[in-house]
Amino acid sequence: MSELKTIHLDLPARTEDLHRLEIGSVAYLTGRVFTAREGVYKRAIADGAGMPAGKDALGITNFHSSPAASVNPDGSYTVGAVTATASFRFAQWLEGWFRLSGCNIIIGKGGMTPETYRDYFVPNNAIYLTTVGYGTGALLGRGIKRVAGVYWLEELGLAQAVWVLDVEKFGPFLVESDLAGNSLFERENAKIAPGLERHYAGTKPATLRRYGETDDKTKEVI
Amino acid sequence: MIPLSNIQRIAEDLMRKAAIEVPEDYLDGLRRCADTEKGDLSAFVIKAMLENYEAAKEDRRAMCGDTGLPRWYVKIGNEARIEGGPVALETALRRATARATASVPLRPNRVHPLWRTDHNNNVGINAPEIEYAFHPDADWIELTTVHKGGLFGSDYRMLFPGDGIEGIKRFYLDTLIGFGKRGLACQPAIVGIGLGGSKDTSMVLGKQASCLRIVGSRNPDPRIAALEQEFKEIGNSIGMGAMGFVGSSMVIDCHIEVGYCHTGGMPMSVHMFCLASRRACARISADGEAAFRTDPMWFTDYMRRTTIEWQRDAAEAAE
Repeated sequence: MSELKTIHLDLPARTEDLHRLEIGSVAYLTGRVFTAREGVYKRAIADGAGMPAGKDALGITNFHSSPAASVNPDGSYTVGAVTATASFRFAQWLEGWFRLSGCNIIIGKGGMTPETYRDYFVPNNAIYLTTVGYGTGALLGRGIKRVAGVYWLEELGLAQAVWVLDVEKFGPFLVESDLAGNSLFERENAKIAPGLERHYAGTKPATLRRYGETDDKTKEVI
Repeated sequence: MIPLSNIQRIAEDLMRKAAIEVPEDYLDGLRRCADTEKGDLSAFVIKAMLENYEAAKEDRRAMCGDTGLPRWYVKIGNEARIEGGPVALETALRRATARATASVPLRPNRVHPLWRTDHNNNVGINAPEIEYAFHPDADWIELTTVHKGGLFGSDYRMLFPGDGIEGIKRFYLDTLIGFGKRGLACQPAIVGIGLGGSKDTSMVLGKQASCLRIVGSRNPDPRIAALEQEFKEIGNSIGMGAMGFVGSSMVIDCHIEVGYCHTGGMPMSVHMFCLASRRACARISADGEAAFRTDPMWFTDYMRRTTIEWQRDAAEAAE
């Protein structure tokens, strides 16, 4: 079994740093990231509120996430674990999101479709990092050194607010898409697809069908 | 009489244990995956997860940032007496859920489905879920909390007797492949299959099969047990591992629970208890003392009884 290549990136990442990233490499981050998930995307773009703060305050690395955290009586924060939520749901807002946020790294769960990379990531010199297993919440929590700010806590609640996090050796992540829009998940799906049909040998479609159902196992549910 | 204050304290302890300490049976199962996994990416993921469980225990922080939808399973001995009765018990469980959300901390995931109102404490309308079961000849109660993510990896389908075992297998494969790609289901998982019952019962049984039975347990019906073993092996031969990468680590174990259903149908559900398989259990004796464990022992001869009357001797004779 081959050892995976590991890269440490300082944030905000420069485009030339992102050029070094290959899909399937392991990445650790040091610098500033901010969380934003559906509540933030909807408020910033669909509701027209714009970003809660500038790039200097938020950074340009967006984590599709919110931490398991609580606000203490003195106003400080206790941050425990943090892991990503599935990113494909945010594709509908990405065009406006890149324009508003200026992000060049998106961290999330499960990646996005090839079309999303081609249409929105590549033109914005942005790449996608996926969290590992989606459950390494305690390891990621260890990498958070400071909560630099929380925005829209009242408006969206703890689980949807924008958390600005200063992180050190934050990871591990895997490079899912590179600057050319290549995707690790697509590569792996393509390897697995030819072997799927044989498992269905001897079975027939269910008696009661569903609207829009496909038997093409190369298709995805996202 | 079981003192109420003990119940609340023990329930809060259970919330913390579930969030932080991965159950030993799941951990052993994942270690076996680590030993056999040949895919380099899938193996890397499993290795990172094993480190993550250690970090969670060392730091006493939640193992996963998505702390799921905390819920309760309560088993009440026929002779048990609870201070304040069932209403007080439910209040204690709601209090423990809210307090643990702040003290662990957990993510306050629970919101109103339409207005997205978040009380920041994982408590709201019909939340947390509390399910009940009973046990003969006992004066204890047992509390189990399960923290399971709620977005991907479960599905339901109305099959018919004519679809047969092959139809069950097909829907099982569909669910594993559909949610396994990109690792949406956060596999390797404990897969639970609910067969029969009414539609809602089929969902409940599948969920309980994945969350309330430990890795390595088998259904007492030998033909169902054989199916569990076969489905486990099928799942791990798809060619998919952790995060949907090439590999063999998809199913830590497969559990099937059944319920009698409509003569014309064969409803089926599939549930996947993920890399953060979080459950913790305690038996609280009549004096209020707790014995903690990770095996809920939810499915018993009594729970799976098939006759009108409960006859312990008959159940024992049938085994």
